[in-house]
Amino acid sequence: MGGLATRVFEPGFFTSGPVHVAIAIGTVVAVVSAVTGVFTVMRGQSFAGHALTDVATAGGSGAFLIGMSPLFGFVGLSAVGAGVLEMIGVQRARGRDLVTGLVLGVAIGLAALFLYLDATTTATSGATQQILFGSIFTTQASTIPVVVAFSAAALGAIAIAYRPLLLSTVSTDIAAARGAPVRAAGLLYMLALSLSVGLSSLAIGTILSTALLIGPPAAALRLTRSAGRALVAACLIGIGATWLGVLLAYDSFYWGASRQALPVSFFIVAIVFAAYLLSGLRVSAGARARAVAVAGAGQSRAAA
Amino acid sequence: MFSGFMMTTWAVATIVAVIAGVVGFFVVLRGSAFPAHAIPKGAFAGAAGASLLGINTLVGLGAFSLLAALGIGRLGRRGRSDVVTALALVLMLALGAAFLSRTSQYEPEIFSLLFGEVLGVSTTELVPVAVIGIACIAAVAVLYRPLMLSSVVPEVAEAKGVRDYRMQMAFLVVVAAATTVTVPVVGALLMFSLMIGPPAAARALTRRPALAMLLAVVIALATVWAAIAISYRSNWPVGFFVGVFGAAAYALGRAGAALRRHGRATT
Repeated sequence: MGGLATRVFEPGFFTSGPVHVAIAIGTVVAVVSAVTGVFTVMRGQSFAGHALTDVATAGGSGAFLIGMSPLFGFVGLSAVGAGVLEMIGVQRARGRDLVTGLVLGVAIGLAALFLYLDATTTATSGATQQILFGSIFTTQASTIPVVVAFSAAALGAIAIAYRPLLLSTVSTDIAAARGAPVRAAGLLYMLALSLSVGLSSLAIGTILSTALLIGPPAAALRLTRSAGRALVAACLIGIGATWLGVLLAYDSFYWGASRQALPVSFFIVAIVFAAYLLSGLRVSAGARARAVAVAGAGQSRAAA
Repeated sequence: MFSGFMMTTWAVATIVAVIAGVVGFFVVLRGSAFPAHAIPKGAFAGAAGASLLGINTLVGLGAFSLLAALGIGRLGRRGRSDVVTALALVLMLALGAAFLSRTSQYEPEIFSLLFGEVLGVSTTELVPVAVIGIACIAAVAVLYRPLMLSSVVPEVAEAKGVRDYRMQMAFLVVVAAATTVTVPVVGALLMFSLMIGPPAAARALTRRPALAMLLAVVIALATVWAAIAISYRSNWPVGFFVGVFGAAAYALGRAGAALRRHGRATT
């Protein structure tokens, strides 16, 4: 039994400082992403959510350029991006992909410029790698309070807007007719979205932060139709994927002879994707069972 | 600016702009901006994998963009297509991150794959780029009528026997082919800007499809040529100029269309 434990948790996993920080930040980020993501998936705004991660790339690399912590760049610019998207109407289904795409294009252009300037004018190396692929193992413990504060703000925004947000997600017309503050709820939601994108960019990088935002909520929404239950399930899937990802990334250092760890973001994304595929299996099994039941009922009626 | 090695770049950039204009026209028409973003970006992982195995980058790009296209099309049939696109994209990017961690790939090389490299194309690659480019244009020419029909009036297309799913798959494969040839020049991220900005500007200016497609090609050519020229002079990344010019073209197109509407309303 003890042998198995050391096989699963390679030496030093529980005493390593970076692992503690990674688990702490990863958990908080997974919860915020899952809660926000449930609304992103239900509102069909995966593309907008993804576009904000590219906006965050520009922010993070810009912050690097002026010597600030990338986290503020991530959050700051994705908040601006969210504001722009909301202003030009990301909630209108028609033409919104086009507008999102154009915002995305400008953001990518800026990111290209900033990263280029980072590489050529500053002494810090590894900016590209760190911003695109995350830095959960190298984040300082002193960052945790900031992460927690941003997360609390994001969760608070969702909590305040919860009912009108849910209503306007199901039907904008009904929400407006009932006099729900649709616009304010939408703004709060976009604020939460930009905070959550900024936080997950820190943890698993701007390129992969879409995974935590979309994956666990999409899997959860295939398992249950109730928004409340989906929120809980998405949080659990997100946290599970993050913990397992951190563990596997830590262990991967001991795999093979190369003594070279695989990136934690790779494991988190792979687990999230597997969770999505598995949730689909459950759905199709349920659908098949229903189909068989219906067919059986039809046959027995025909026999009678 | 027009010395030997730059001539290759100009030639490739011209092919890229024509493909982006033609394919991008349908991207905008069908509203498939997200797949058009995801396929090039995911193909980046293929390039990383190819450099890990020491094979030609074009092979890696081709394999991964085709995989992305088929995956998005197949999984998108059931379940929400935007969610599937996002997840397929991040899965490939995660593979790319894993590949990169296994190589001693230099940071500038990652950067040039994502954001483009004016001098990234060698003369030997000119032939495959031209061949795949011509194949892309030919595929669009063959598919033109059914694709147009299924993009604009899906119900009519369905009634005439044009399968929506098959059209979507065929179109995604064309996007994948376009990706393969364009990513080494304008980068995985900026290929997307080029497929969205110029065609969107063209669509704002005219409603006639053939004219809009021609206009999209012209604007794409102007964008790429200007971007390369300025990037060559300033040493700034070509991707920055492509992104900004593409969006500027769209803004100008919208402004032009609004002005024309305004003029018509007052007279």
